[in-house]
Order: sequence, then C-alpha cells, then structure tokens
Amino acid sequence: MEKSICEQHEKLYAELDKFIEEIHADGSALIEVLHKAQQLFGHLPVEVQEYIAEKLNIPVSKVFGVVTFYSFFTMKPRGKHQIKVCLGTACYVKGADRLMDRFKEELGVEEDGVTKDGLFSLHGVRCLGACSMAPVVMIGENDFYGRVTPDEVPKIIRNYTK
Amino acid sequence: MAVSTNTILICAGGACISAGEKSVKQVLEEKLREYALDGVVRVVETGCMGACDLGPIVAVFPEGVYYQKVNAENVKKIVEEHILKGRVVEEMLFEGPQGKITEEVHEEHPFFKKQVKIATRNLGIIDPMNIDEYIARDGYFALIKTLTQMSPEEVIETVKKSGLRGRGGAGFPTGLKWELTRKSPADKKFVVCNADEGDPGAFMDRSILEGDPHTVLEAMTIAGYAIGGQKGYVYVRAEYPLAIERLRNAIKQAREYGFLGENILGTDFSFDIEIRIGAGAFVCGEETALMNSIEGKRGQPNVKPPYPAQKGLWGYPTLINNVETFANIPPIIIKGADWFASIGTETSKGTKVFALAGKVKNTGIVEVPMGITLRELIYDIGGGVPNGKKLKAIQTGGPSGGCIPAEYLDTPVDYESLKKLGAIMGSGGMIVMDEDTCMVDVAKFFLQFTVDESCGKCVPCREGTKRMLEILEKITSGEGEEEDIEKLEELGQTIIDSSLCGLGQTAPNPVLSTLKYFKDEYEAHVKEKICPAKVCKSLIRYVIDPDKCVGCTACARVCPVNAISGEVRKIHNIDPEICTRCGSCIEVCRFGAISKVSP
Repeated sequence: MEKSICEQHEKLYAELDKFIEEIHADGSALIEVLHKAQQLFGHLPVEVQEYIAEKLNIPVSKVFGVVTFYSFFTMKPRGKHQIKVCLGTACYVKGADRLMDRFKEELGVEEDGVTKDGLFSLHGVRCLGACSMAPVVMIGENDFYGRVTPDEVPKIIRNYTK
Repeated sequence: MAVSTNTILICAGGACISAGEKSVKQVLEEKLREYALDGVVRVVETGCMGACDLGPIVAVFPEGVYYQKVNAENVKKIVEEHILKGRVVEEMLFEGPQGKITEEVHEEHPFFKKQVKIATRNLGIIDPMNIDEYIARDGYFALIKTLTQMSPEEVIETVKKSGLRGRGGAGFPTGLKWELTRKSPADKKFVVCNADEGDPGAFMDRSILEGDPHTVLEAMTIAGYAIGGQKGYVYVRAEYPLAIERLRNAIKQAREYGFLGENILGTDFSFDIEIRIGAGAFVCGEETALMNSIEGKRGQPNVKPPYPAQKGLWGYPTLINNVETFANIPPIIIKGADWFASIGTETSKGTKVFALAGKVKNTGIVEVPMGITLRELIYDIGGGVPNGKKLKAIQTGGPSGGCIPAEYLDTPVDYESLKKLGAIMGSGGMIVMDEDTCMVDVAKFFLQFTVDESCGKCVPCREGTKRMLEILEKITSGEGEEEDIEKLEELGQTIIDSSLCGLGQTAPNPVLSTLKYFKDEYEAHVKEKICPAKVCKSLIRYVIDPDKCVGCTACARVCPVNAISGEVRKIHNIDPEICTRCGSCIEVCRFGAISKVSP
C-alpha cells in the first residue's frame, strides 16, 4: 500500500519536472510552478516546497514565504470537493453570510475546515466576478451555483454525496 | 466559403456560462443539425453582452432580435419558430424596464441607448477565440497605423491629447505615464497590463479579457512601441480561469499572424507578451506589489518614488496600465485624440465601464460617457431598485471607495465630482444598496476585507485597520460607546496619512464616508442599541405576529435550533434566547407573519 503511494508521488514529481522544463522556469516563475504543484499534489507540503526550491535554485525560505503570503496556496490538504462561497460585496449584500452559516451547519465544519470523510472543505473566497448572479457558490473548478438560497444548500451538497 | 442566412450569437460571458450557456449551445446545434440547417446558420459564442441577470442571452442576426433567459428547452423554439418560420418568439424576447423590444435593440433599448461603447465595443459582437473576427472590426488596424505612419512621440502625443486617464481607479493621465516611461533612459523596458481586478463587485476587466482579449494585446504592443519596450506581461488573477484561457489563445493567434514576436509586420520592432497568474492577494493590484509578484516574490508594495516609470520590473522602467485603459487605446489611435476628447466632461474624457450589481434590476456591464448622472445610470440603465424598495446608497470604488447617499443621485459621474463626495471613481464596481442594507455593517464588511488583505508591511495599515474593525464589531454587537465614533474618525485619518501604499491610504474610506452621510445610523447603534436596517444580529429579534400566524408549523420545522414552539393550528412563538437569527423561518412563512424588530 505504502509503495503505491510513493510510486504515485514519483509520477507527480516527474510531471512537475516536465512542467518546469517546458516553461524554462527560473526563480521568477515560482508562482507558476507552485500553481502547477498544488494542482498535482492538492496542497503544498514542506517536502514539495523543498523540492521546488532545489529545482529552481532558490532558498526554501523564499518558497515558504511566497506560499504563506498568497491565499491560493495551502499547506493543508483540502477536501475532494472544495466549496467556495463568494464573500464579495454584491453577494454579501444579498446574504452570502447566511449561506456560509448554513454550509457550516450542514457540513459540521468551520471555514477552511475539511469534513471527516475528506469529501468537502469549506472556503469563503474573494469576489468571483459573477456579481449579477449573487449570491454565488462555486464547487471545484467548474460547478457554479447562482442566486443560491440557504434552503438550497442541502440539495447542493447531495449532488456530491451520491 | 459557406453562405449563412442567419448568425446566432450566444453570450459566453461569465454570468451566462454559469446560467447554463453550454447546454443551450449544445441543444441549439443539435436542433440545427436535425433540420439540416447547420450549414447555413452559424452559431458564434461571444463575450459578455452586458445584461448579465437575463442570461443566457441569444441574439439572432441579421434581424437583431435578442432573447433572454434561454434554456436547453426553450432554445428549440428559436430554431423551430424563428429560424424555420421567421416568426419571432414573443414570450422569450429581451425585456427591459420599458417593455419588450424586437428590433434594433442597440439603438432603441434604454439599457443600450444611453451607453457609448469604446472599451467594450466588441463585447457580445465577436467571437473572442477568433482573431479574424477581431480584425474584421478594425482589429490591429491601430497597430498597423502606429508602426507604419507614426513615430513613438506622435503616439504619445495622441494619447496625451485624448485626455485619457487611468481606469484602474486613481485617474493618472495615461499619456503622461507613457511619456515618463519613454524618457527614462534604459536598454530594456517593460509594459505591464494590470488585470488583477480585485475589488469585490467589479467584473469589467474580466468581461473585456473574456470578450475581447486581442484589444488588450494590440494596445500593449502599441504601448511597447511608444515607450521603447521589448516585452509585456499581463498579470491576471487566478480567479479568472476563462480569461486566462482566452488570453493564451489570443497570444498564440497574434504570434501566428505576426502581430507579436520578432519584426512585427516586417518592421524592425519586436515585442512579445507573457501571462503571469496571481495567487489570491488583493494588494497585488497595487502596482509595485504587482511587479514584485511578477518577479516571483511576495506581493508587498515598495515605497514610491521611484515610480515604475523610472524603476519597475527588475529595476527597469515599466509602463503599467489596467485592462480598460488599454482597451481605449486602439480606437483613440484610429479615430484620433479629438474624437475621444469630445466625449465626456472637461477633466474626465471618454467613457467609463461600470459593473452594476447589488440591489438593482438590470445587473451587468455598462459603458457610459463620463458626466452621466448617477440617476441615469441606476434608473434609466439599471432599471432602479427591485421589489419596490427605496434606494439608500451607491457604493463605488470597492474597499478603497465610499458610499454615496441617495440625495446625491444627480451628481455627474467623473473623477472630481465623486472625489468631492468622499467616494472615488475606482475601477468601476458599482453596488446599489437599498433600505435593507445597514451602513455600519457594510463598513464592517469592507474593513474585514482590508484587515484580511493587508500585507502586513507597514504598521498603520496592519494594526490600525484591525483596531478600527474591533471598534465596528463592538458597535454592531450593541456594546458601542459614544467616544467610539470619534475614535474611528481619528484612527481613520491617521491611517490615511501614514500608510505606505494605496491599500492602507484608502482603507478607512468606507468607514469615513458612511460616517459622513449616515452618522445617525452609527448613533442609533451606539446610543439606542438599534439597527435601523435590522441587519446586525445582536440588535434584532425575530417575532411572530399572532394575527397572521395560522399555525402551519412550517417555521418550526425549518428552524435549525428548535427555537420555535407551538402546536398545529395554534399560534407559534420564537424563543429569542435560542434563536440564532438565521432567517430561515421568514423564508418559509407563506403568511408574512414573521418579522424582524430592533431592539
């Protein structure tokens, strides 16, 4: 079992190497490389940061500094489905905070928490730029829900538990 | 080449996609194939058409008939009725505040009538993934003109004479910025497009990038020629994956056509553009922070001067403009500075793109001449406040801006007039607020935002905003004392005076402007412990009107904390000690028996 995880990681590292080569990355491409790494590994544990530092020939402290500065990067694993509740102004004016509360209640987690089964994590995010559909919720990268009411929350969650 | 009888445009802007545009397109194409019309009717996905709340929108040309709220089911009617039989589908027609319209929607409909489209001229008209469509609308003609007929100085002179000012918010004269960058001696120079549109409630730049990416590339190349630069970067926020995809495609096409790369159009001018993606930091909209982020560092601002025009990316002179500013450049080059300067007011030339959102009927992207009044913008174009509610304030400029109260509705929209009111033009987010919005709560919302987004480099912004937020939290939870209001004013002014960058220098604006116009609301919270808009949870209670309650038990069943007691067909009661003020009960009550009271 353990071996297979290692093997899988090896594959991911190889893919990261390929990306770094393709874009001829140096230290200035750190953010691009971190985006790719997070996409591959799901989060950015210290080992991955050390690996990137060596590859790009920059201090690990610099990589760590950048990872912790930007809200997109995370060192903790996230849920399989990331629920992003937009907390932009238009959504806020239309009750996004009540939506957030309902998600917390239904999932039994706080903001940025992960459910016990690892299926969901809940995040309040910056304006998604879809203000005309406010309030909006995005799940993963592609699923978009507009004009959501708190009552619809359980139904939305069920779409991913089936 | 196939001859088409009809062209069907589908809006593939962000809002329409989220409203189901993809499945509409799929069904539409299936239906056309079924009737063997796929050879003669062309289906084109365009950028944002602007009327975002009515999406997905489908337009049939050459008739120019617009349909709203099209879904995978009713789109079949468009094929079977309109395309096959030539009959307009009445019930699906685009409907504005003044009723339905069938033809020449762009001229007649009030949503479009008061608009002047320069920066958004191609939005909703061309396919953003196809460079040929951009070229057909005079695309890259401005670049050809600059490279073959104009000297860099002439280009700069034209931009200066046009009176164009930065559309990112601060309003610095664009031509002057170009000139300063040109005059900085260096062997390398850069052009940067700031597409880190971070203000909550603003989506103008997103619409331009998604709907007309080539205009940004063309303008950046013109700028490169004018300042003597070799390379450009577009810095896009990671929240806009679709914009990134369309930009990538546009850059590839422009390179293939010889509009980017070595020896552009056979001249000795070479220029190339790369995309850099942000990683979720609002402060990166500040130009020096943005440049640090492009260099792969933490996005923290530097002290100015030196300005980017002197010392920017990697220490080289750098021209940095925002998306909308760039989008204005090609038309200025083609039509001339005098044409552009004839639109707008004395000090604010041209147009401004706004993202209308919040409590307004027609939400979406609008482009209006500078000097239009807020009333025209909100009522004639926006259709006013829905549900018969009263307009309370208009928020512009996001977390750096302010709230303009309803009595100033006749103020013309230009840089100076808005500044005088304590708001700012900002990048173009315009959030309409009605009587149900608590202004103290709104101020708290923005402060929460700046506290989260302060980069932590300078003390006034890092610590000061936090203290202001604590005071606001105290006030909204009913613990406010009278001296708190004074403290807010004093603290706010200090943060403005002593912060390092634009984020801190403007962070107190939402508080100070609401204090200026809605002091009575602050005082009600502090002195009487009342929230007049009935928003602040600690200051309200939910009550059931015994005359209206029929005892249907709907509220008791929906209450997540079992705070509602009562038997079937008997009057129900809410226990304020248990109630969490979640509001679920109001939503389910069909008899309007539940209301909020304060205190």
